[in-house]
Amino acid sequence: MPMTITEKILAAHAGKEKVTPGELISARVDLVLGNDITAPVAIQEFEKIGVDTVFDQERIALVPDHFVPNKDIKSAGQAKLVKDFAHKHNLSNYFEVGRMGIEHCLLPEQGLVGPGDLVIGADSHTCTYGALGAFSTGVGSTDLAAAMALGETWLKVPESTRFEFEGELKPWVGGKDLILHTIGDIGVDGALYRAMEFTGPIIENLSMDGRFTMCNMAIEAGGKNGIIAPDEITRAYVEGRCRRPYKFYRSDPDAKYARVYHYDASRIEPQVAFPHLPENSRPVSEAGHVEIDQAIIGSCTNGRIGDLREAAKALQGKKVHKNVRLIILPGTQDIYLQALKEGLIETFIEAGAAVSTPTCGPCLGGHMGILAAGERAVSTTNRNFVGRMGHPESEVYLANPAVAAASAVMGRIAGPWEVK
Amino acid sequence: MLLKGKVWKFGSDVDTDAIIPARYLNTSDPAELARHCMEDADPAFPSQVKPGDIIAAGKNFGCGSSREHAPVAIKAAGVSCVIAGTFARIFYRNAFNIGLPIFESFEAAEDIKEGDEVTVDAGSGTITNLTTGKTYQAAPVPPFMQQIITAGGLINRIRKGDTPSLY
Ligand code: SF4
Repeated sequence: MPMTITEKILAAHAGKEKVTPGELISARVDLVLGNDITAPVAIQEFEKIGVDTVFDQERIALVPDHFVPNKDIKSAGQAKLVKDFAHKHNLSNYFEVGRMGIEHCLLPEQGLVGPGDLVIGADSHTCTYGALGAFSTGVGSTDLAAAMALGETWLKVPESTRFEFEGELKPWVGGKDLILHTIGDIGVDGALYRAMEFTGPIIENLSMDGRFTMCNMAIEAGGKNGIIAPDEITRAYVEGRCRRPYKFYRSDPDAKYARVYHYDASRIEPQVAFPHLPENSRPVSEAGHVEIDQAIIGSCTNGRIGDLREAAKALQGKKVHKNVRLIILPGTQDIYLQALKEGLIETFIEAGAAVSTPTCGPCLGGHMGILAAGERAVSTTNRNFVGRMGHPESEVYLANPAVAAASAVMGRIAGPWEVK
Repeated sequence: MLLKGKVWKFGSDVDTDAIIPARYLNTSDPAELARHCMEDADPAFPSQVKPGDIIAAGKNFGCGSSREHAPVAIKAAGVSCVIAGTFARIFYRNAFNIGLPIFESFEAAEDIKEGDEVTVDAGSGTITNLTTGKTYQAAPVPPFMQQIITAGGLINRIRKGDTPSLY
């Protein structure tokens, strides 16, 4: 029976010949993930199960990244709980400040996820790793606790939806614009419970960074996972990096899809999603005059080196507008170092930006750039819900790194082509 | 089990930042989370919600982050159940795992108004609006999810140790 890539990975991890959408399975996990918000709850639940050890010390990644470096005493308490648990159980993949990064930038970079893997994480953007041709999805803390004890999880096999991108990319258009356009088209529940498989010539030529950005936002359409068939671009990324053997799966040509969408990328301009939902996307050229107080470049969506290069390209030799704070947060320490070597950090600081150590920080209104009532930010993050970045009466506009950088220079939402 | 209470009505796409804003996630204490539950969507909610009250909302309730703090905050606020057209999938999973009853019914979600008195028969999924006298049938809960509820949540189901495999 023909299967999609998602179905093949799930079947392999459930020890079955085949699986069909709607079927409930128990699946072996290759890696589980928790952070400083979700792991403390999972650890409390884990203690209740009554097992002495975790299922595998190598396969649990704990990454304090949301409120670290600890922003207050309570956050410090949460982070310490995670650290103590990691030490007690001798976990090899606990990442401390100074060696850490935002979880979804960090795990692929460190070679902890590979093609064909099944990964669950107590963080909704765990779907990011689909970019590597893995099945990965977000779960809650109780699911994480169960998986830390058993090394397996229960899943309902999702129906798959295919998104085909053809044509040619316009200048300044990247993965962020493709996915914002898609969510704008299908809505924030347009892929509810479903796998989102991204295909077509545009995707085949998209960089790994662009693919991570797209799969990262599958959850913003309600998707269970985002996934891209691994190819030579994937191989170049994982070779010498991946710590475990990996396997390339692809969908059978006659696999069944709940729906297939076609997009002509030649018609997609850089996008901006207006408050307060990611589905409120429109071309930057139709944004009108929207003055901003802050611009954020970073996060698990757009905090990778390719993103910083795009931002630097738009900022080169320019100054941040006098009314704007531009805050740039490289996704991991390695990305930070690479940006330093390439001179990007110098470009940012000369332009008048603040550059931060890796952290989720302002993305979820944690710290390092909270908005006051009435303030507006353009941000490369993935959510613009009410109060997401601070006061409930503040506003967040989602965009790609070059648009965020250009907006910081212009003091209003602007395309990089407008910066003179 | 019969759940009964007054309805708090919300729209579609109620996200987890609306249910419990991330600025309060430096704790996982249910009582403290309950004090801020839904406050950005309706500032009166945390102080005026009564034990047994019911939340009704449109489609895609609980979209956004994976924070289990969201169903925990709702439960700790005393809410007996949530009725919505559809639920975002991580929220759906989390609600079962922590023992917050939830019911999917587009009709009920649309008809029921703020302040209505509603009962839900948790076993059969029958929703009755006492204010209007109308009844609705919620989508059936898969047997596996029912087992989790019967066991008292996912952790209890594992702790019993009588299941070699989760499913
Ligand atoms: S960067 Fe933002 S969306 Fe990504 S994991 Fe951190 S808080 Fe979540």
